[in-house]
Amino acid sequence: MASLGKLAAQGAAATTLKSQNGGEYSARAIGFLFALWFSLFVAVLFLGTLIIVTVIEGAPKFSLNLFTEYSSSNPDNAGARAAIFGSVFVIATTAVLAIPLGVAAATYLEEFADKRRWWNRLIELNVQNLAAVPSIVYGLLTLGLLATVGFKSKNFVLAGGIALALLILPVIVIATREAIRSVPSEIRQGSLALGASPWQTVWRQILPSSIPGIATGSILALSRALGEAAPLLLLGALVYVTFDPTSLMSGFTTMPIQIFSWTGRPQEGFHELAAAASILLLVLLVIMNGLAIFIRNRFQKRW
Amino acid sequence: MNKKSATFPVLVIDDVAGSKGPAQLPGPSNISHFAGRPRPGEKIIKGVLAFSAALTVVITVGILIALIVPGVEFFVNVPIWDFLFGTRWTPMFADADYGVLPLVSATIWTTVLALIIAIPFGLGAAVLMSEYAHPKLRAVLKPILEVLAGIPTVVYGLFALQFIQLVVFKEWLQLDTGAFSVLAAGLVMGIMIIPTIASISEDAMSAVPMSLRQGSAALGANRMQTSVRVVFPAALSGIIAAIILGVSRAVGETMIVAIAAGSQARIVTGPLEAGQTMTGFIANAALGDSRVGSLEYNTLFAVGLLLFIITLIINMISIRLVNKFRQVY
Amino acid sequence: METNSPDQPASSATVRPTPSDVALPDQPDAVLTCDNVDVYYGSFKAVEQVNLGFGLNEITALIGPSGCGKSTLLRSLNRMNDLVEGARVAGTVSFMNEDIYGPGVDAIEVRRRIGMVFQKPNPFPKSIYDNIAYGARVTGMKVSSMDDLVEEALTRAALWDEVKDKLKQSAYGLSGGQQQRLCIARTIAIKPDVILMDEPCSALDPIATMRIEDLMQELRKDYTIVIVTHNMQQAARVADRTAFFTALPDETTGNRTGVLVEYGKTGQIFGAPNDKRTEDYISGRFG
Repeated sequence: MASLGKLAAQGAAATTLKSQNGGEYSARAIGFLFALWFSLFVAVLFLGTLIIVTVIEGAPKFSLNLFTEYSSSNPDNAGARAAIFGSVFVIATTAVLAIPLGVAAATYLEEFADKRRWWNRLIELNVQNLAAVPSIVYGLLTLGLLATVGFKSKNFVLAGGIALALLILPVIVIATREAIRSVPSEIRQGSLALGASPWQTVWRQILPSSIPGIATGSILALSRALGEAAPLLLLGALVYVTFDPTSLMSGFTTMPIQIFSWTGRPQEGFHELAAAASILLLVLLVIMNGLAIFIRNRFQKRW
Repeated sequence: MNKKSATFPVLVIDDVAGSKGPAQLPGPSNISHFAGRPRPGEKIIKGVLAFSAALTVVITVGILIALIVPGVEFFVNVPIWDFLFGTRWTPMFADADYGVLPLVSATIWTTVLALIIAIPFGLGAAVLMSEYAHPKLRAVLKPILEVLAGIPTVVYGLFALQFIQLVVFKEWLQLDTGAFSVLAAGLVMGIMIIPTIASISEDAMSAVPMSLRQGSAALGANRMQTSVRVVFPAALSGIIAAIILGVSRAVGETMIVAIAAGSQARIVTGPLEAGQTMTGFIANAALGDSRVGSLEYNTLFAVGLLLFIITLIINMISIRLVNKFRQVY
Repeated sequence: METNSPDQPASSATVRPTPSDVALPDQPDAVLTCDNVDVYYGSFKAVEQVNLGFGLNEITALIGPSGCGKSTLLRSLNRMNDLVEGARVAGTVSFMNEDIYGPGVDAIEVRRRIGMVFQKPNPFPKSIYDNIAYGARVTGMKVSSMDDLVEEALTRAALWDEVKDKLKQSAYGLSGGQQQRLCIARTIAIKPDVILMDEPCSALDPIATMRIEDLMQELRKDYTIVIVTHNMQQAARVADRTAFFTALPDETTGNRTGVLVEYGKTGQIFGAPNDKRTEDYISGRFG
């Protein structure tokens, strides 16, 4: 191999820059790219099919009745009014419980915790793990909590709000930490060098800069809570409710639970109702996601 | 991805502010030049924040207590061996059996079917977005995947039951299946997990430094070779973590299987059979109004405990892998 | 554009003549040539009207202040610029009289023939052995014995003795200088004709730099080497010929576009530059 690297005979004979083994457009490379596009196509195809099937099935029942009527044994005059109000109450409770707590915990972990201490590392690991605990387990936790405290009833707005707040708390903590972490350390150092205390730095510089990230994360977390049914099933939310909730102690059902309930009925009319309520849920979800993406793109500072 | 350590030198500043004062300056004066005004509010706020963070640990402890206490009561009545290895699950019958294997078999079926869908398609979408897509295309694709990830699972469940099982499987394909099947549930669950796997593996692949791609291109590799031989192996631990997280989501998913997989607890031997998963059982049993402390009530928590332990192990493996891949670059 | 000029024997005391300076022909026997090359990023013109020929088995250094487009030009010589969104080349870059941007030319084949070593060592997170074997594997090179190829490439890169007992270990365990020599070995393993080096020593300490420079002197016997460097002493030490670039601001937009100021034998450029700007730069009055 003494000729390693010698120009091929220093003549033009063997030198061509035409593809020797197919290059960027060999059959395998094109097949590979095709497979990649196919993967994406399948995902988008399913999303499209799901939306179309749901809209076609639910369209006949997607009327004013859905918003104004309570559920009924007759699918033709049943609506999701109680579920809509229930969802609003429960999600509002969830937001009030989870957001301040999540932001506070994230601020501590990001700005004040000494990572060399084992308990701070434990908290971090714990949050990562909680984010992946199955949602139904949070239902079991809340159920156990209510039994311990000695509540007779388990189906009330506050209980539902607690279960969902526990569920999304780690999500909010993680999103807030990401937002805080993206604030450059020069801002911190600049503030501290002017004699601000750590808390003043956090309150006046770090948190205001992180608000878009926190808002995005919180909205996405709440949209997840809005669609969540499993933990609420355990709190007996699958009940026949024909009244609007009025307080934290009112009985409630929510939209996902109402959909689940209608899905289980034999009459076709209820399946249409379930699809109609699904449309409403999907619309809300797209609005919340869109809002989150808008905030992220519009307000996120590029440092 | 290097983790930025954003910790303040809190202790030093606290010392200045606190009563102890800083190390004494040499000189005749006994009064430090740096003795600041005391800031008791600062300490209280820090305490409140620390309390919030500690609360997350309380939640985990709460989960453990909430599951273990009724779980132990359950295992007083039912030997743990019978629970783990029994093949009949009939808690509602007069002659009740508590062998959890039927539930586990359905969970394994739906999880494996979901992964068969989610892994190839999720990774394919991730490679496309990370290695091929124009930034503008990626800006469109990511939100689409986020919407896909955010669809409520009851809507997926409804779709699995009403469309996939009834229309596609029974009407179009004329498959020999009943009203429910683990295949319909697993398939749709796979679709649900695609965004999870795609998004996390895309993050891992995007974190691979550009210099490695350039190095590969300079050696005459095409994009496919660079993706498959350099980027993919370099991001492997992150990709595996994504898959493991997908497994964890599949095992813990409740509404899709509760709606579309059925509620007969028996050992599942084929994809077209109906079956009840662990989560499906908990959801169904919760519909009944079981008295606190009854065996029926405790059964819920015993199954929940098993579910929690399984997902905990899976999550820990995933977290370790993610942390490992973050340290590489 | 000013290029070569009547040759003055390099006699400056500060510049050590390169070993082949005496035998160097006046005009390079060019294997790689640029004819009226402009490089654009979108509408921004990064380099303008470059005419250069890189001689067979010579080392050519591209020097000049930051932003003068020398790295940009280098990346257009083996179509690495294709990977940059919006990058475009006007004029002709030809290799052995074949336009590398011509129709039917495969960018991948171009890069196989014209290899590149980067500013920061960029070994793959694989074993030392796999790093070397990578190029042969992806280009489908017919290799009778991969082990021999790996050994030969590492030997040529003066790395074999240091790594022969740990070929299966990760390349990340090597020092920065070793990693850079590994990247050179990886490049010569696919038997390119030209090696482009983009500030290959800027991330290395002086001793590692010296080893790479010695290695380049070895390699020039078989390869044509083009090196971009910030370090003028390095250019004076290693290069047979040197091209000096500078950046000229556009009067209307203020964008700075790189131009070739002067090109000649290294001894002449450093000893008796023809252009005032070259003289200012090499004497440290500018840049």
